[in-house]
Amino acid sequence: MAEPARAKPKPTPETQHFWDGTKAGELRLQRCDACANVYFPPRPFCPSCTSRKVSIFKATGKGKLYSYVINHRPAAPGFTPPYAIAIVELDEGPRMMSNIIDCPQTPEALELDMPLEVAFEALDDKITLPLFRPAKG
Amino acid sequence: MRRNQVAVVGAAETTELGVIPNMSQIQLHADAALNAIADAGLKLSDIDGFATAVETPQQMAHYLGITPTWVDGTSVGGCSFMLHVRHAAAAIEAGLCKTVLITHAESGKSMIGKQPRFTAPDSLNGQFESPFGVYGPPSMFPIPVLRFMKTHGITHEQLAMVAVVQREWAAKNPRATMKDPITVADVLNSRMIAYPFRLLQCCLVTDGGGALILTSADRAKDFPQKPVYILGTGESVETPMVSQMKTFDSSRAFKVAGPLAFKEAGIAHKDVDHLMIYDAFAHLPLYGLGDLGFMPHEETGKFIADGNTRPGGKLPLNTNGGGLSYMHSGMYGMYALQESVRQMRGIAPAQVPNAKISVCHGVGGMFAASGTIIFTNEK
Repeated sequence: MAEPARAKPKPTPETQHFWDGTKAGELRLQRCDACANVYFPPRPFCPSCTSRKVSIFKATGKGKLYSYVINHRPAAPGFTPPYAIAIVELDEGPRMMSNIIDCPQTPEALELDMPLEVAFEALDDKITLPLFRPAKG
Repeated sequence: MRRNQVAVVGAAETTELGVIPNMSQIQLHADAALNAIADAGLKLSDIDGFATAVETPQQMAHYLGITPTWVDGTSVGGCSFMLHVRHAAAAIEAGLCKTVLITHAESGKSMIGKQPRFTAPDSLNGQFESPFGVYGPPSMFPIPVLRFMKTHGITHEQLAMVAVVQREWAAKNPRATMKDPITVADVLNSRMIAYPFRLLQCCLVTDGGGALILTSADRAKDFPQKPVYILGTGESVETPMVSQMKTFDSSRAFKVAGPLAFKEAGIAHKDVDHLMIYDAFAHLPLYGLGDLGFMPHEETGKFIADGNTRPGGKLPLNTNGGGLSYMHSGMYGMYALQESVRQMRGIAPAQVPNAKISVCHGVGGMFAASGTIIFTNEK
């Protein structure tokens, strides 16, 4: 029997560009052409000023660790506890949920505000997740 | 909304609380409703307004055999019942109905007749949170707390004291699920659930329910129970995604709903005799004390650790034992409201002497929604 898999996102029309981006190795955000607000998650209008004139751009993929838990139980399908569920604050401003790879999943190793960089992990040929690792240098 | 125009005239919980494997979720609703009807000296046919959450108003109205002319199915998580009280008070004042029944019940432990929660993979939560391993409230609700602790200088020991103090209240309550005293060491040595929170900092999982009956203050004096008046109300929502809260240093939904209720009530914080802050997890009372304006967030941990909220303290908080020790069926807001009503009636197991004003603050989802009701027993 196959092991239970990690929950897989199903893109919608207004989020497709984000998932196309991760598949192409890019973290794509949106910026309002009217007020310059950068926002996430994706939507075809600015949640700050309601303008429909918004642009998609490639983010730096840099950020820092804003907060996290280290989940012990119950574990989600596809995860081996303990594992950190992290909130990353991107250099561009928005925050997103992710996981931290290449790092022990311990309070000692996971320091708030530590610099992070995006890493892409393909789940299948359609979906690639944006994960983060401690920034090099 | 005008002050003291609407009153609670009926309030009751299910006959049993805890593990109730012989009753379905809708039957638990009915048990609470019938107990509240009896408490108010009414018949179900007297009810012309009905509100409930998770189960639909049509489901429960039909099951109970009532024909409402006003319904509210607001379902924003565990504080839905605070919002129902607020909406019902407005509806009664507007003349849409005269006598409102609000029910909650959940077979949270036994899972009898309870639909499982499901996050669709094409929802925003399904796309941008579920893939990263969130799995139920223990993995989500504590996500903001490490940032909150760093910003405000809150310690692990202070967060453990929340559970210790609430157990002191629970010890006075025969209906509390957990009554044995605990220490900070007990809390910090209990099983890890989602760092930094351990088992004793997470709410219980039980079965149970509760119901309230509201009517106009003019009619309330003719009922058998001492009326408990609605002095002030507030509500708000922020986001269903904990990752997208504006900040983890506070809750925007709390900061909107709480002060709105205080303003409407026309009271100051020093006027509050009794306080309920929905405690699904140990950090919520700290957010609540800060966001409702009782004190700066920085002082909340020390305030609780110093014993100010324990029995005999100057601000009695979560006097039934809270979601951590009393019971938590999944949507605890109804039980917080029940305790506020008991305190205002003067019949709580751990009664606060001469309490005249009670603030009852609820959360829905993972800081997704909030409702605040301020009660008084003086008109």
